[in-house]
Amino acid sequence: MENKSQYAIQMKNITKRFGQVVANKNVNLDLKSGEILSLLGENGSGKTTLMNMLGGIYFPDEGEIFINGDKATIASPKDSFGYGIGMIHQHFKLVDVFTAAENIVLGLEGEKGKLNKASLHKAIREIADRYGFDIDPDQKVYDMSVSQKQTVEIVKVLYRGADILILDEPTAVLTPQETDKLFAVMRNMKADGKALIIITHKLHEVLSVSDRVAVLRKGEYIGCVDTKDATQQSLTEMMVGRSVSLNINRPVYENKEDLLIVDNITVRGKDGVKRLEDVSFTAKGGEILGIAGIAGSGQKELLEAIAGIQKLEQGSITYIDDKGENVLLSGMDPLDIIHKGILLSFVPEDRFGMGLVANMPITENIQLRTYRQGKGPMLDRNTPKALSQKIVDDLEVVTPDIDKIPIRRLSGGNVQKVLVGREISCSPRLLMTAYAVRGLDINTSYTIYDLLTEQKMKGVAVIYVGEDLDVLLELADRLVVLCGGKVSGVVDARTTTKEEVGLMMTKLGGGKS
Amino acid sequence: MNKNKEPLLHMSKRDGVTLQLKLLVRIISVILGFVISGIVIFAIVKMNPIQVYKSMAAGAFGTGTRMWFTVRDTMILTCIAAGLACAFKMRFWNIGAEGQMLVGGIATAFFMINYPSMSPVLLFACMIITSLLAGAIWGLIPGFFKAKWNTNETLFTLMLNYIAIQLTSFCVSKWEHPFGSNTVGVINQRTMAGWIGNMFSPGYNGDFAWTVVIVLLVCTFVYIYLKRTKQGFEVAVVGDSENTAMYSGIRVPNVYMRTMAISGALCGFAGFLAVSAVSHTISTSTAGGRGFTAIIVAWLAKMNPFYMILISFLLTFLDKGATQIASDFGLNEYASQIIMGIMLLCILGAEFFLNYKVALNKKNKEVA
Repeated sequence: MENKSQYAIQMKNITKRFGQVVANKNVNLDLKSGEILSLLGENGSGKTTLMNMLGGIYFPDEGEIFINGDKATIASPKDSFGYGIGMIHQHFKLVDVFTAAENIVLGLEGEKGKLNKASLHKAIREIADRYGFDIDPDQKVYDMSVSQKQTVEIVKVLYRGADILILDEPTAVLTPQETDKLFAVMRNMKADGKALIIITHKLHEVLSVSDRVAVLRKGEYIGCVDTKDATQQSLTEMMVGRSVSLNINRPVYENKEDLLIVDNITVRGKDGVKRLEDVSFTAKGGEILGIAGIAGSGQKELLEAIAGIQKLEQGSITYIDDKGENVLLSGMDPLDIIHKGILLSFVPEDRFGMGLVANMPITENIQLRTYRQGKGPMLDRNTPKALSQKIVDDLEVVTPDIDKIPIRRLSGGNVQKVLVGREISCSPRLLMTAYAVRGLDINTSYTIYDLLTEQKMKGVAVIYVGEDLDVLLELADRLVVLCGGKVSGVVDARTTTKEEVGLMMTKLGGGKS
Repeated sequence: MNKNKEPLLHMSKRDGVTLQLKLLVRIISVILGFVISGIVIFAIVKMNPIQVYKSMAAGAFGTGTRMWFTVRDTMILTCIAAGLACAFKMRFWNIGAEGQMLVGGIATAFFMINYPSMSPVLLFACMIITSLLAGAIWGLIPGFFKAKWNTNETLFTLMLNYIAIQLTSFCVSKWEHPFGSNTVGVINQRTMAGWIGNMFSPGYNGDFAWTVVIVLLVCTFVYIYLKRTKQGFEVAVVGDSENTAMYSGIRVPNVYMRTMAISGALCGFAGFLAVSAVSHTISTSTAGGRGFTAIIVAWLAKMNPFYMILISFLLTFLDKGATQIASDFGLNEYASQIIMGIMLLCILGAEFFLNYKVALNKKNKEVA
């Protein structure tokens, strides 16, 4: 049977349930050798679950998997490896104090306790040359950038002889340049006859790198199209199930007034390194102020300083309340800010590490902001319940329950909706969001953009820290560009260009004198 | 070709387990524990397990007094566990209940010995308040250091136990009676001043009833505190994520100190009960390892004080029964430890079945 081996993977009628939740329902998926397949779907549509069944992390409740035409049973990651499947997870699994080479051979049997460094390095170099990787076998993992760590992960599975590679959102943590490099490597692997599956939310990446696109929606297989026949619009419709407009509406709010004045602030991190230096800007009510910058340029510290979580070394932050009086924010902790009646909302970057309590259900997470209200020592349990139900209904949060299931069991998009919904429900005058759409699918992202714009039109000052320049330029009114903890420039988002902002991100002042 | 075998058993997470089912599974697990222990007893010492269990039951409930003893010890163990639960809910590993209990006991004994003729109401007020305070201080110390300098609370609370033991030895030597015995002896044996049963109506068995009532109050307090109050909510948030707590305006150091003071106070209160209601004396063995046993109780009960009563009861029953079978059958106490081990294993096993569904894999269906 000639056509048998044409398919590297065939998944037939795969079903997987978690309790009452059906994560995958009768999914069929084919992957040919020598092609790149994009797996597309909204958050919670079951992409990662499906891939984890190939990786041996989950075992399907129903259905069959064929590898190179033969029926396969993948009960453990080891089995998965036996079939030549290599998974590159979102979170890297590397030992920090080991070198790249040591991580690559870790766990392999090798020849009787000996580690032949020379031949190992040679093998790694061969792989690197063949596919165009940039890797130093002797570099320790803790010295590596995110992109270098990812390279080690990929070389690791290749070294172990994987023919089928699954990359779970590999570009979420990469800069545009690094993404291009990764795609070049992927194309080389494809040319070498490897089969690749890539999960990504970024449609332009899907269109640029893949040969075919398979779409899942709510755990069900919707279909598979050739990339050359697809557009961003058509893919979005398949994913969401209805037509969606991909334009961000940017109305103008007329009566802008200063609401927050950040004056020359300097912040040091726990390690004593300056994270922000002499940062000044003003945020106005009725305006979305975008903060652009390469990841780690001080965005996190800036928002935390305003929220009272980070201490300032110098400078001041002033809030102008609704009576026009100045209130000095710097020096207050979050409780002082609440007691002063300052309506400040903050959607932090780290959802479970800061914004939410992972093990609590939706209601208690909603309550986090309001539990102090009401007299006496007892908790009010009815108001938060009603509010949670309202947020769940308004934002279409998909959850089996609002007060029993821990929020960590919801998918990323739904978690983010709860967090953003809670912060907006406090009717803030100042709303800060850090990477509010990170890891979210396109439909949820646009929901969030609309919510922020709605807040802006109510006269709220919105501070939006983002990583996608296209979105920043479409959504924000003004942009503060950070570079290495300093303000590189403040520009009008309506008139500036992507190139100009890009230059300012990498060089203070954008290279102009 | 199918290289690998299909796994025989198939596990999946389950949700929405009803309360009835939970109770049923747990009861079955305890029964199963007894059945397995029975088989083990028979296999090793060739004794009729029914006889052994009968003897254990006799040890725990054989006479009225024994029954009261069992109930009383159950309640005191529960009181310590309830105190620990406050700290554990905050992910603060308080393993210093022994010490907190001892300092509470010292405070109680101090008033019983020095002010026996005070009016009973005033005397009890002093005993209760100082035992709570002493325990609170003993809990506050590691809480304070954790809050200020992020010290490791496990080591800290553990080491404070030894200080409390030394402190107890010192007090025993001060208060020893009769002279030279190096024990305190039964305090106020004749007047029963400061004996809890004597608070309103004189009489011996009053001790037991009061213990039950008081510990039930403590359980209710802890239950409501952790589940229904604003402070209890803060404890849970701090336990899950300090950063989230800070973000939402909770002053984390204060919560550490406040909660540890409460946790310590309740353990100190257990010390009050141990002295005033049980032994009417103080010695370095007043806590007797119960501060550690209570850790198991708190965790098995998942911080629910009312479940703690059940777990404490089971452990106390096994403990009392052990003493009895040791004397009845000439077995040593390890026999009962084996039974206790099997029992705990079964109870923990039940948790697995409550969280996961296990099914046999269906044989290959007719798919080409």
